[in-house]
Amino acid sequence: MAADTQIVRLSAAQMAQKLKDKEISSRELTQAEINVIAAAEPSLKAFLTVSAKQALEQADAVDEARAKGEELGPLAGVPIAVKDMIVTRGIETTAASRILDGWIPPYDATAVRKLKAAGMPILGKTNLDEFAQGSSTEHSAFYPTHNPWDTTRVPGGSGGGSASAVAAFEAPLALGTDTGGSIRQPGAFTGTVGVKPTYGGVSRFGAIAMASSLDQIGPVSRTVMDAALLHAVIGGHDPADSTSIPEDVPPVVEAATAGQNQDLKGLKVGVVKEMQGEGYSPAVSKRFEQCVDKLRQMGAEVREVSLPRVSYALDAYYILMPSEVSSNLARYDGMRYGLRVMPPADQPQTSAGMMAWTREMGFGDEVKRRIILGTYALSAGFYDAWYGSAQKVRTLILCDFEQAFGQVDVLVSPTSPVTAFRLGEEITDPMTMYRNDICTIPANLAGIPAMSVPAGLDENGLPIGFQIMAPQKRDDLMYRPAAALEKALEQESGSLLDKLSAPWLDKAAKAGDVDADQAATIGKAEQKAVMDEIADRMKEER
Amino acid sequence: MAEKLMSFEEAIKRYDPVWGLETHVELNTKTKLFCPAPYSFGGEPNTELTPVSLGLPGSLPVLNKQAIDDAIRLGLALHCHINEWSQWSRKNYFYPDMPRDYQISQDDKPLNGEGYLDVELDDGSTFRVPILRAHVEDDAGKNTHIGGAAGRIEGAAYSLIDYNRAGVPLVEIVTQPVTGTGAKAAEIAGAYVRMLRDIARALGVSEGRLEQGNMRADVNVSLRESPDAPLGTRSETKNVNSFRGIEKTIIYEIRRQATILSQGGEILQETRNWDESTQTTANGRLKSDANDYRYFPDPDLVQVHTTQEHIDELKATLPEMPLHRRHRLQKEWGLDDRQMHAILNAGALDLIDQTVQAGASADGARKWWLGEISRVANEQKLALDELPVTPDDVAELEQMIADGKLNDRLAKKTIAGVLAGEGTPSEVADAHGYKVVEAGSELGSIIDKAFADNPDVVEKLKSGNMKPMGVIIGAVMRATRGQADAKAVSAEVIKKIRG
Amino acid sequence: MARFTKDQVRHLGSLVRIALSDDEADRLKNDLNVISQSITHVQDVATADVPPTANPVPLEAPLRPDVPAKTLDRDEILAQAPKSQDGQFVAPRILGGK
Repeated sequence: MAADTQIVRLSAAQMAQKLKDKEISSRELTQAEINVIAAAEPSLKAFLTVSAKQALEQADAVDEARAKGEELGPLAGVPIAVKDMIVTRGIETTAASRILDGWIPPYDATAVRKLKAAGMPILGKTNLDEFAQGSSTEHSAFYPTHNPWDTTRVPGGSGGGSASAVAAFEAPLALGTDTGGSIRQPGAFTGTVGVKPTYGGVSRFGAIAMASSLDQIGPVSRTVMDAALLHAVIGGHDPADSTSIPEDVPPVVEAATAGQNQDLKGLKVGVVKEMQGEGYSPAVSKRFEQCVDKLRQMGAEVREVSLPRVSYALDAYYILMPSEVSSNLARYDGMRYGLRVMPPADQPQTSAGMMAWTREMGFGDEVKRRIILGTYALSAGFYDAWYGSAQKVRTLILCDFEQAFGQVDVLVSPTSPVTAFRLGEEITDPMTMYRNDICTIPANLAGIPAMSVPAGLDENGLPIGFQIMAPQKRDDLMYRPAAALEKALEQESGSLLDKLSAPWLDKAAKAGDVDADQAATIGKAEQKAVMDEIADRMKEER
Repeated sequence: MAEKLMSFEEAIKRYDPVWGLETHVELNTKTKLFCPAPYSFGGEPNTELTPVSLGLPGSLPVLNKQAIDDAIRLGLALHCHINEWSQWSRKNYFYPDMPRDYQISQDDKPLNGEGYLDVELDDGSTFRVPILRAHVEDDAGKNTHIGGAAGRIEGAAYSLIDYNRAGVPLVEIVTQPVTGTGAKAAEIAGAYVRMLRDIARALGVSEGRLEQGNMRADVNVSLRESPDAPLGTRSETKNVNSFRGIEKTIIYEIRRQATILSQGGEILQETRNWDESTQTTANGRLKSDANDYRYFPDPDLVQVHTTQEHIDELKATLPEMPLHRRHRLQKEWGLDDRQMHAILNAGALDLIDQTVQAGASADGARKWWLGEISRVANEQKLALDELPVTPDDVAELEQMIADGKLNDRLAKKTIAGVLAGEGTPSEVADAHGYKVVEAGSELGSIIDKAFADNPDVVEKLKSGNMKPMGVIIGAVMRATRGQADAKAVSAEVIKKIRG
Repeated sequence: MARFTKDQVRHLGSLVRIALSDDEADRLKNDLNVISQSITHVQDVATADVPPTANPVPLEAPLRPDVPAKTLDRDEILAQAPKSQDGQFVAPRILGGK
């Protein structure tokens, strides 16, 4: 059993090599991950559903195919976790909302279909802020996820579940969705790699919509190369998504490979002037500068670049995002799937009443706040002043990036101004919470690719993230400096995640193989308790 | 509204009516507007769905090329300006039959912009109806109300929802406010919608059957003191689904509003519903507490780019337009306006044209379709094209008459057989032995017998008194059970008398 | 700039079918006032000469051929419905007050 601990600490690329060399089977690897999940979940709460049975079946199918000598993809047999914002056929999908509790989708997202075609067993669905709305995963309707570096702290959000799971070795890879930083900021908080591809680079078909013009599915991993390999699997044109770019995935794996040479000569790097200084923790600023120095030492030409109107990005985002949210979340009305709550007995038992009480009981506070704000922003008489103006700001931000990318190949900034905060610490004031995404939001508005790579630890031993942004459709450009920086930092002080004490690994090793049926119960009792509260609250209403 | 309504004549005398129609035409594409689910009228409930048409989380719309091309062709037929870039907007409102709780429609950048349609009135004059836009949108599902009286929504205990129709493409053709129609308001509106139906059918983009919901109209009506006065407050009567209903709605609303205004009352801006059973409109909801639709560009879709080249390609596929064809046929057939209107009112234009194309004379084709066949259709309360008789049948019948195989009497009996579903005219004639007895020895001997039976008549004929000729012809016809040709009998008799 | 009142929040709630409680309407009113203040200056730079951007990556709408594809299994989708009957989804009555 001791071997388990070693297997799960490997990168996805290393796992793939061992599978290819038949040193391990996909079943062994998948079972090892399930064992870690069972041991870690009580302290992390990264998963909402563990689909152990399906994962092991998929693993067996890959092992069989390999035994037959069939041609397999580069990640065949490597298991993966999927953010519960992405639809999986036959596996409960909830968006961490009471309103979708128990929903078993009849179809797969395109990205999930591609994972299955690539032979990647799906371990389960990871926790998030309800409908991906939040920056801490505390807004999950069911339970908050904890940061494996310090379980009293948040893993960031909305994709805290995917980031924690990957950081804690519960899964080598995960899928996330990023609307304003939901892949990158948790990456920074957990010491993992998080990539938001170019808007339209990965199909959104089957990604539950939060804000359609900003949402993008992307990889969560422990290494830059792993992210590139996963990016290549899920990316590319999809005729089922009208906003999908009709082009092949940029050569991201080649770029990551090239970066490992640590030769960045000829690469022009722009430090964003507006994403530093006041409001950034000293440790974040210091590590950021050290990383920029490393890029320079590897031959990159570094200069400061201004995005003069980026200060309006947060404001524009908090108009556009809730507007789209208010419309995208209308379909959760108790008619076709998910929760239905009838009005209290003294009120009309109509469809309209049912919808209103279903949505009142089914949505959490943050979601309701955004729906109401977005409804206001779109209402007659305010459209031009709010939504219309925000769309114009979007044009200005696109112009700013265009000018910047006329001068440099990539832009860099801290991923987040701060490191992981304590659970409950920032939830009270919405604007404070929103400001966490100040460095990540501009890339979503401009549709450009951006990624966060680990940049070391702060004085509390908490991870810090370094963000790299590239022009639209040039996702490959950011992988080269990312891989180079990763290697340089590793040479300096070793792999970051090796520093993570992960007591659940020993616990898993001692506990032995966890049964699939038992794994499927993980989290379910707590989720049922949350759903039971609805009935209690409705009793009070009567 | 229990009190007596002002008469239509009085209302028109005192007020100037302004109306507009928003006509929805359902396109007959194989799949829906935003997903490849098939659709068929009357299909098994909830079996024609994809994740998109059921509004499942994560599903995304992708446009149907055929629907866009059909809509552009319809726009071209209505002389609309086709916008190079058109945009999709979400119309947000909640209703149980709306899978996403928003409709994907077009707001400020429709596919088809301004245009017009010329319609012809009974008096032969032409009226140009100005069109504001013809945009594309998707339909909602269908509700069946359970527990109320006769399937009505009022008093129902609950409703069953079939989402099959959700996502079916509609073109909504919106007129400008139509002014200057006065007492002819209803006639012009009716002629306009009929012409839309004819165009949609000619283009092959819709079946245009109102009773199946292929077409329905929202009818807007307002009154003003005089043509110089600003527009009054309008009512909007939703989803009227028959031509007569549209005409009656306009007349009823003019009378209702005139009654209110004449009493110093105020017209409420509201939506109303046409009630076929009471022949009145009833109020739905007030516009003021209706939804604010919060239109905004659908971020799941991008703009449609329509090039001039593509517009030209589609233009080349347009068939002859109904009004042009109507004029051409009237001229070719040598008909006056009254005769042509009779054909149009009977819905017989296509049938007569096809009959003529199958070889019949225009007069002959018209005589059958408007005569015997129309009579049976009225009796059976069916449309002409629902009877078991085809243009080919009628052409064959005419040919048999021309060849002298049938006389008028036999032809009527033959068509009765065809209408009874017994087969083609020749099959019916053969089966019943309908056949003109030809001049010759057989006819000669029958006449000789008639002469022998009526010697007094023969005397009169020989003396030059031709009046009792009918007696002989009658006797011959009886003897041949009507299968002789009266003219031939007459000629033969004269030959014999003079012989 | 926009100052939200409780009635306004309630109206918005009814527009989007959320039966907000009194406390919620009150709390949302305050939250929204904070947020709305911070977004007012968007209008400073959104001048008339700036065109709006709806989708960040410029594309033309792809048009799909009119060919039917596989449909969902009715039993599978109705199994997820809160309430169904005779192959259809059941909606509570659509009209009516108390």
